[in-house]
Amino acid sequence: MDLKLDAVTHRYSDVDVLRDISLDIPSGKITCIVGPSGCGKSTLLRLLGGLEKPTEGAVRQVGSPPEGCLNALTYVFQDFALLPWRTVEGNVALVLEDHKLPDQAAIIADVLARTRLTDFAGALPKQLSGGMKQRVAIARALAVNPAVMLMDEPLSALDSQTRELLMDDLVGLWTKQPFTAVYVTHNLAEAVRLGHRIVVLSRRPGEVREIVEIDTALDERAHGDAGLEAQQQYLWGLMREEAAAADAELMNV
Amino acid sequence: MSDQVTFRGGGFAPKRVRGLGVLVFVLLIAFAEWGTRSGMISALTLPRPSDVLGTFVELWQSGGLFKHLLPSLSRLAVGATLGVIAGVSVGVMIGLFAYARAGLVPLVAAIFPIPKIALLPLFVIWFGIDEASKYALIAFGTFTPTVVATYAAVDNVDRTLIRMGQSFGLTWWSIVRKIVLPGAMPGILSGLRISLNIAIILLVAAEMLGAQYGVGAYILEAGSLYDLERLFAGVVILSVLGVAVSSVIGMVERRLLRWRV
Repeated sequence: MDLKLDAVTHRYSDVDVLRDISLDIPSGKITCIVGPSGCGKSTLLRLLGGLEKPTEGAVRQVGSPPEGCLNALTYVFQDFALLPWRTVEGNVALVLEDHKLPDQAAIIADVLARTRLTDFAGALPKQLSGGMKQRVAIARALAVNPAVMLMDEPLSALDSQTRELLMDDLVGLWTKQPFTAVYVTHNLAEAVRLGHRIVVLSRRPGEVREIVEIDTALDERAHGDAGLEAQQQYLWGLMREEAAAADAELMNV
Repeated sequence: MSDQVTFRGGGFAPKRVRGLGVLVFVLLIAFAEWGTRSGMISALTLPRPSDVLGTFVELWQSGGLFKHLLPSLSRLAVGATLGVIAGVSVGVMIGLFAYARAGLVPLVAAIFPIPKIALLPLFVIWFGIDEASKYALIAFGTFTPTVVATYAAVDNVDRTLIRMGQSFGLTWWSIVRKIVLPGAMPGILSGLRISLNIAIILLVAAEMLGAQYGVGAYILEAGSLYDLERLFAGVVILSVLGVAVSSVIGMVERRLLRWRV
């Protein structure tokens, strides 16, 4: 299933946040969205998943979601959004319970194994490190077999070492079983490690500035790779002035 | 010069201190005993604690304790349960629905400050002089603080968790049951500490009219006869009830809120 943004414009009261964005999200690929702060990246993601309605234009699903998909558009949040009163297993079960599946326990066991959390099934979120919490959230998202994963700065709340480990995890997950994702980030290193396509937004009102395709296979992109470094420099070149301007703008608000 | 750096952290974190609460009780009672024996406190001002204890033992041995305690406990249980269930339901509705909030919050604010004791005659007319009016008075008294605590607790539930539930397509009822109610539980339980104590206060008021037995009836009778020993024996029963309620809620909190950081 593909997602398609059709001339989407979004406004909060009279401030244009996003202007005339048309974009295809192809299935089986990770599309990264980068841009200076306040450019409407997260708003774009909320529009994609139906948590907000675009002022103009439309978000369309092209094709039907895969078989066994329980929740086509599934988010992974920056702050994990785990229920603190449920165990790891219970947090994954939460999103399955309404469907009354006969094989719920098997699905939970499978996603916990894929995110290497099997040994922590009975732990409460307060006992877990940030990286583990985000892996639980990823397991929860995988459990509903989503058509598109909508990831809102999923690694931004983590320290840089954990971030590296989780990026490896995501690459591993994708390589074993490709999934479709929209990955919003302000971190260009994450974008060039994980993105098949990188969409660069301009500062507010956000417009598509450029789309960069990276052909290197995900599992061949290593930390500190020279080619990726060059791509990252190129992206930073695109954004640098706008990021500075956006930074200055915030102070005037 | 090599002075040690002064420690200035610490504090501002509650710890469990065992036995201190009991010690405060013991000291106060010992002081009253000493004062009344030495004559510093006259017998009219305060009954001697040992006499109160004697009255209490007598009450127990004569079987009077349970004759009074059991009707009171059942009134408390029925009335408080009704009030808490109604209060939590209305509080959750106010927390979730804009119309319920707009319509009911002023009403709750209007009935909160009414001394429910003042309405006892009205309840007697509405529900009769028997048990029903006593249940109603206690229920009404526990209802308002429970409503206020509950909707404040629902307001404080992390909205990102609710958005998460919506984004996974959870049903409305699942979101309320699995996200809103557990998230509001800490606030609801601390509200219960207040409303259940109000229920104990109102127990005495409820037994002012048409009650032959009950801790409240016992205290009121002793009070009208200026029998301070019996009055205090009754008051001690109420205090013990209060301590019991508080420790039960503490146990429930430790069990249900283990997840809290």
